[in-house]
This record gives sequence, structure tokens and C-alpha cells, in this order.
Amino acid sequence: MVRPLLNVPREVRAGVAFEVRILIQHAMETGFRRDAMGMVVAQDIINRFECAVDGEEVFSATLHPAISANPYLAFSARLGRSGTMVLRWVDDRGGEGREEVSISVS
Amino acid sequence: MLVCLGLLGAAEEKRSGYDDAGPQVRAMQDDDLANPAFLWVQQGAAVWGQGCADCHGAVEGMRGVAARYPVVERGRVVNLEQRVNECRVERQGVAALAPEGEAMLGVTALIGLQSRGMAVAVDVSGPAAGHVARGEAFFRLRQGQLNLSCAQCHEQLAGQSLAGARIVQGHANAYPIYRLEWQGMGSLFRRLRACLTGVRAEVLGRDEGLLGDLELFLAARGAGLKVETPGVRP
Ligand code: HEC
Ligand code: HEC
Repeated sequence: MVRPLLNVPREVRAGVAFEVRILIQHAMETGFRRDAMGMVVAQDIINRFECAVDGEEVFSATLHPAISANPYLAFSARLGRSGTMVLRWVDDRGGEGREEVSISVS
Repeated sequence: MLVCLGLLGAAEEKRSGYDDAGPQVRAMQDDDLANPAFLWVQQGAAVWGQGCADCHGAVEGMRGVAARYPVVERGRVVNLEQRVNECRVERQGVAALAPEGEAMLGVTALIGLQSRGMAVAVDVSGPAAGHVARGEAFFRLRQGQLNLSCAQCHEQLAGQSLAGARIVQGHANAYPIYRLEWQGMGSLFRRLRACLTGVRAEVLGRDEGLLGDLELFLAARGAGLKVETPGVRP
């Protein structure tokens, strides 16, 4: 899997919301398309995305077909203390992606 | 009379595909973090690091290059993709990058990005003039089962709509692009092939001289437009 494009501030203020933005390269095959031979192309989408800081969930989403290829997710988060943010996602074929960033809170 | 002049003025104004795109597409192109083409640019940076940088240094040194491409050299038009492969094969001694592959799209997008915001300004003087003229003749030639020329759609019908899509002026200032319909990235050649098959005309070969002439003409026709690479199109 290709590395995604992730944008997270490395330094934030305690209790102040900040934005997390991520663009993930993925075909997001809907399962409705047919290939050149007329066979249905098996569904393969990122079906789950989770973001946690030091094990505590900040944001999660269950994704469904009909999301365009290379999905872009943006959400806000708020932290009380410094920690490590881990973003994880899995697709229908069992492929996994993971990114980690440490964020310091002042 | 004045009204007529006003209309003429409007029709002659150069508009890039961005200007005619909907607000969502424009918003994607405006934000490098939402523009999926940057996933390819990131891969292009990896390619750049594997040898190109040894000779060329930081990729920022490529500023202005894409704005003056394609160029005419030894009797033929050379576009950026061909130049990159020339460097790989003849100078770096490694295999050519596959057209439409992620590495080629990535590295040409990365080089193009260095010229973003600069005006398209290809050299059309001297030996280039003949190539531009041949490209223009092709642009005005009716072809395919639909018997349509590029000019009919991109000059006469520009601004009108075709099957719900707005017909654009057909400029080449944002390539390679991320196209929503492709759910991926593609080169100018891929776009031109789509236009040619659209009118059910014979598709030019990627390395055919006439294709180079057409690409040079398109760049000359779009002179002054800002480089948008990597653009987003519907
Ligand atoms: C039947 C009308 C039609 C004809 C004929 C046609 N095109 Fe197109 N062209 C289109 C449409 C529609 C688009 C896509 C607009 C969009 O991006 O939604 C397009 C897009 C383009 C673009 C990309 C513009 C951009 O902003 O990315 C270029 C360049 C182009 N055409 C060149 C050509 C050339 C050169 C020819 C002749 C070989 C040609 N077209 C023939 C309809 C046509
Ligand atoms: C062994 C040295 C060498 C390597 C490696 C190399 N190049 Fe080059 N490159 C050159 C030389 C020499 C030129 C021609 C002189 C010039 O225009 O700067 C050139 C020209 C170019 C140009 C055209 C510049 C212009 O101003 O017209 C581009 C674009 C380019 N190279 C891209 C690449 C890319 C991408 C790679 C890696 C895949 C690469 N080069 C690898 C030596 C190299």
C-alpha cells in the first residue's frame, strides 16, 4: 500500500479543536462494476477507519461502497495531554494501513 | 454592434478547464491535501530521489521547465515524459518508466508542480513553427465517424454542454491530471486518446511525430494560461 497523505499539527493547545486530514490511495472497488470480460469485479473498499490517541478512540468510521477512489477524510479532535495518534484502516481484502504521529499539547 | 464586440471578446478569452469546472472540482484542485494527485506526486518524489537528484539536485531546480515544454529538438517535438525517459535510459542507465504508470505520472506531476502558477510559454520560433502549423492543421481537421474536428468542439462549441458535461476550450496546462471519471491520474496523451475515440477517429500513437506537433500546438494555443499541474478534472 502506498503511503497516504496525512496532515496533523504536531503541536496543539490543550482542549482546542484541531483538524486531522488524510487522503488514502485506494481503488475503492464498489463490487458493482464489470471487467472487460463481463465478470463482476469483487468489492474491495476500505471498510473501517479508526483514529486513537494512546489507545483512546478519537474518531472512527465504517465505510460503504459508493465512496470515490482515493478517499479523503477530515475530522476534528481535541486533546488534553500529549500523546501518540495512531490512524488505522482495513480493506475487504484484509489489506491494512497505519500511520502514527506524536502530538505535543501545550 | 457593441454587444457583438462584447461577445467576441468573451469567446476569445482563454479559459482553462479549471475555470469551467464545478465548485467541488475547483475546491479539490485548490487544496493540495484534498487533491488526490498529490498521492502520485509523493511517489514522484521517491523516483526523483532514486537517481535524478544525483545530477539535478533538488527538484525545485526544475522550476519553469514544464512551462516551456514540449520543446523541439533535432527535428522532433519532445515532451516531458520523453525527456524523463531519455534521462533514465541514456544518462542514468536504467529502464524507461512505463507510460501511465504511477512512477511516470508521479515524476512528471512533480516536475510540473515546480512551474505551477507560471505562464505557459513554449518556444514557437524557428524550427518549432512548422511543428506548430502541423499541429494546428490536425486540430482543425475533421475526423472520425462523427466527422468532427478538435476545433469544432473546443472553439465553436466551447461553453456549451455535451451529455451534461460542459465543453471546455481544451487546454493542456494542467497535465498530468487527476480525473474523477478515471478515479485516477492520466497524461495528456490519455486525454487526447479519449477525445479521439470520442469521435471514433483513429488514435495517434504515443510517439508519433504528429502527436508531438499537436501537443506543441496545444501549448502554444494556451500560452499565457497558468500551469495548474497537477490539475483535477471531472
Ligand atoms: C465531441 C467534442 C470533442 C471533440 C471533437 C474533441 N474534444 Fe477534447 N474534450 C471534449 C470534452 C467533453 C472534454 C472534457 C471536459 C471535461 O474535463 O469534463 C475534452 C477535454 C479535452 C482536453 C483537456 C482539457 C482540460 O482542461 O483538461 C484537451 C487538451 C482536449 N480535449 C483536446 C482535444 C483535441 C486535441 C481534440 C482533437 C484531436 C479534441 N479534444 C476533440 C470534447 C471534445
Ligand atoms: C547522469 C545525469 C542525469 C540523470 C541521472 C538524470 N538526468 Fe535529467 N538531465 C541530465 C542532463 C545532462 C540534461 C540536459 C541538460 C539540461 O537541460 O539540464 C537533463 C535534462 C533533464 C530535463 C530537461 C530539463 C530542461 O531544462 O529542459 C528533465 C525534465 C530531466 N532531465 C529530468 C530527469 C529525471 C526525472 C531524472 C530521473 C528519472 C533525470 N533527469 C535523471 C542529466 C541527468
